[in-house]
Amino acid sequence: MSGVDLGMPAFPDAARQAVRDAQLRHNLGRATNTIRNKRAAVVDELDDWEQLRASGAAIKAHTLSRLDTYLEQFESAVTAVGGTVHWARDAAEANRIVTDLVRETGETEAVKVKSMATQEIGLNEALASAGISAWETDLAELIVQLDEDRPSHILVPAIHRNRSEIREIFRREMAGSGTPAPTDLTADPVQLAEAARHHLRDKFLRANVAISGANFAVAETGSLVVVESEGNGRMCLTMPEHLISVVGIEKLVPSWRDLEVFLQLLPRSSTGERMNPYTSVWNGVTEGDGPSSFHVVLLDNGRSEALADEIGSQALRCIRCSACLNVCPVYERAGGHAYGSVYPGPIGAVLTPQLYGVESEDTASLPYASTLCGACYDVCPVAIEIPELLVHLRNRTVRERKGWFDRLSSTAMRGLGWVFGDSKRLGRAQRIASLGGRLFGRRGIGRLPWPLSRWTDARDAPAPAPESFRQWWERNRTGNGDER
Amino acid sequence: MKRPSRDAREAVLGSVRSALAGGQRGSTDSIPREYSGKRHVESLPDLFRERVAEYRAEVRTTDSSEAPEAVLGALEAAAARRVVVPEGFPARWSEPVAERHDAFGDSPRLSTAALENADAVLTTCTVGIATTGTMVLDHGPGQGRRALTLLPDTHVCLVAASRIVDDVPAALAELDPTGPMTFISGPSATSDIELERVEGVHGPRNLHVVVVGDV
Repeated sequence: MSGVDLGMPAFPDAARQAVRDAQLRHNLGRATNTIRNKRAAVVDELDDWEQLRASGAAIKAHTLSRLDTYLEQFESAVTAVGGTVHWARDAAEANRIVTDLVRETGETEAVKVKSMATQEIGLNEALASAGISAWETDLAELIVQLDEDRPSHILVPAIHRNRSEIREIFRREMAGSGTPAPTDLTADPVQLAEAARHHLRDKFLRANVAISGANFAVAETGSLVVVESEGNGRMCLTMPEHLISVVGIEKLVPSWRDLEVFLQLLPRSSTGERMNPYTSVWNGVTEGDGPSSFHVVLLDNGRSEALADEIGSQALRCIRCSACLNVCPVYERAGGHAYGSVYPGPIGAVLTPQLYGVESEDTASLPYASTLCGACYDVCPVAIEIPELLVHLRNRTVRERKGWFDRLSSTAMRGLGWVFGDSKRLGRAQRIASLGGRLFGRRGIGRLPWPLSRWTDARDAPAPAPESFRQWWERNRTGNGDER
Repeated sequence: MKRPSRDAREAVLGSVRSALAGGQRGSTDSIPREYSGKRHVESLPDLFRERVAEYRAEVRTTDSSEAPEAVLGALEAAAARRVVVPEGFPARWSEPVAERHDAFGDSPRLSTAALENADAVLTTCTVGIATTGTMVLDHGPGQGRRALTLLPDTHVCLVAASRIVDDVPAALAELDPTGPMTFISGPSATSDIELERVEGVHGPRNLHVVVVGDV
């Protein structure tokens, strides 16, 4: 457990604020709707999607079941082609390794490819405190970094911003860290992309160190794969002299052939394209092409602990496509920031508590940030049973964190058990309930006083039926003849 | 250079092993692979052309005798003057380019500034993927090191029709995963602003594909 403090209000409070932000809801609704339709269209094109999905799930599950073997195999394959493999138990260790590697080059800046792992460990902040500037080069990451904001989506970290907001950020902030935005910049996405191109160009050409993550790491060959769109990934992987890749230990696949499944599943699930514009594959160091030094940092940071949880470990199959975010009714309304984690949405709600533990109120609230509607499971390209995991983790949070409310509810549950356990007691309880039912009529129960307000603030409770089924049965069936 | 810590390695592996202790260790044989290994496609070059064009790349179809004309047409459309032609690119297709353009190779190795200054690059590709409209470069002869197809703003890629396969599985089977590779599907693009696709960010903003039918 890394012990990283998310420093955020728990989900219910954060979400309550977020849903009041009309601009945010508009931006999110529009964006998630666009991407949902695109994904559905390209997934429908393949009549073997379910078979691909089953293979994707099985390959990942298999890899996890022999993860130690594949990690060692990957390590020797990378070493054989001129790379150096480092291991990091937690975020602090990974940050220390990367900081030391950058320092050894004598450089004080690095260009970065978008990477969830480096966000998870807070690498940019760690480098900054060592006097090293890490420039994000993915367009959305650039927007977030310039605005000193936090990412709110796995694939499109600036999904909460619309084009005019982005234009303002560029005009205000670009000059502070390099080439300024043109003075006549409009909110046209084409112009905004052009401004990003100019702003980052000299950083790419000047940088001597690049830091990346990886979408896949092939144990058999030591190959790393980065899937991207803009070409910023290619720039980082190709132009600088030194390349450092931070890779979660769950990113492994056994063999080159396995990519034939994931290179079909990932682009269609994430950006809704048949194939993303650029996929880069590289093996260690190649003479005369690209970086002359290459380091991989294999990151644990809570993953091996999650692996020990038989049900929870499914979350480690995740390939970070973000399809589950785009279909989630809770995500669409609350937005990514409310989850207080670099992993928002349904997958974040099952991954974050496992990586960071459920000791804090913020992580413990995440498994409840769902209606259990199951849309996330339907679109997951590696068939992670997210609803099942959510329930499992709810269970775990209750077991591991006995707060007053949990103690109260388990006492209440024991009481219910006592009532349900005996037919006479149940009959008496139902007669009392039906009195209440007659009192409320058909209106249902609106607001109740605390502590029951914890339920009724967010939903109406149905009024108890004026007559229980047992009472009805007694009145209609008992004694009035044999049914057969 | 700092040596990786053995302690961390043993700790991570140890922790993974204890998490897996007592669990079932799968075998690769039990992984289901019931997806289509091969897709039925009427005409691979036709589907390839159609799919590449959907990414807003310019596609030209030709046979080998007309290929030089098609290449010149692509370079003209992009108003390219300085053209990088990597070593190993078939001379019969690049000669007319050398006559009309300022064409140069990468030997001796071009500086970053010289590459940045080039208008276009001309390459072949190893495999084309019809279903996804993808070209795979393995950066061998005729394709050059990765930077060559990255910095110039126009990439003209010749694809031999015989090198086009149906989908990703067939492509990966053709590739040798021991060196760097780049899969290219359309010009550089982003969907980061309101998830609307915009072509042209950091990689080449113009992609011209010439499918050569009889090669």
